Amino acid sequence: MDVLSAPYVLEYTYQRSTGPVIGRFLTALRDGRLEGVRTTTGRVLMPPLEYDPATGEATGEPVPLPPDGVVTTWAWVATPRPGHPLDRPFAWALIRIDGADTAMLHAVDAGAADAMRTGMRVTARWRAERTGSILDLACFVPVAGEAP
Amino acid sequence: MSDDAPDAAATAAPVTMVPSHVRLTYTVTAGRHLSSYLRALADRRIVGGRCPVCTKVYLPARGACPTCGVPADQPVEVADRGTVTTFCVIRIPFEAAPFPPPYVAVAILLDGADMPIFHLVRGIAPEEARMGMRVQARWVADDQLGPTLASIRWFELSGEPDAAYETYANHL
Repeated sequence: MDVLSAPYVLEYTYQRSTGPVIGRFLTALRDGRLEGVRTTTGRVLMPPLEYDPATGEATGEPVPLPPDGVVTTWAWVATPRPGHPLDRPFAWALIRIDGADTAMLHAVDAGAADAMRTGMRVTARWRAERTGSILDLACFVPVAGEAP
Repeated sequence: MSDDAPDAAATAAPVTMVPSHVRLTYTVTAGRHLSSYLRALADRRIVGGRCPVCTKVYLPARGACPTCGVPADQPVEVADRGTVTTFCVIRIPFEAAPFPPPYVAVAILLDGADMPIFHLVRGIAPEEARMGMRVQARWVADDQLGPTLASIRWFELSGEPDAAYETYANHL
């Protein structure tokens, strides 16, 4: 006898409160700006956190940052899945924004894996319509003119 | 890169909440015994499986009796009426709720089965819900029948007197 099968979708439509620090970060993204945060020891965290993971102390004032940075490590995604930020092959990368001491995870739209390398410079590509989400930052792209 | 920022964005209220949707898309495979139970529902029949050792009728049928450890695949058709063993009044609305609250969800021990199934009872006020109610399936129209428990739209009071507690006490 044939065995039945059927799609089964489990869905939770949560809303999350951001807290003051992430809320400020997302508000800046909506404005098309990157904003980190300074710790009591003078380091700049990007993305910002409410507490310094090194000391446990509350972080301090926001630090405006440029939309440019450097890839510190990466992994190529040859077959993007539903829910991925890009629908064509891309790299997940840790990107240290200029002026920051930590790196953020995001997508790099490089076209092909051999266009990626650790140390390459990238710049942010923004969505035209932004809502206050990490996806307002559509992805990073290699800085034009830089040889792979 | 922020040249294309809409002017409104700069003056909009700070972000304090974000959507954080979770969506998991599974494919569920029913297996042989659950498949036969589901197929029967498309035919307005409710079919369980009897254990040959303890004679309990599992509903839906399962491959083996968990008590006796033997195959429990003797098909047994049970009634589409039975006794409410437990109930819950849903008073809080949620997405995908079948009805506006309040409504009554129940465990029903169908006549001939030893395992209750879960369904809804309509046609009674929530205050009237009680253990021992006798209920009858209201099936969907023929062209809406399918291999799903949704072939039973809901249950309604059958008009019989309530069942005595002793008749379902071992099935709670």
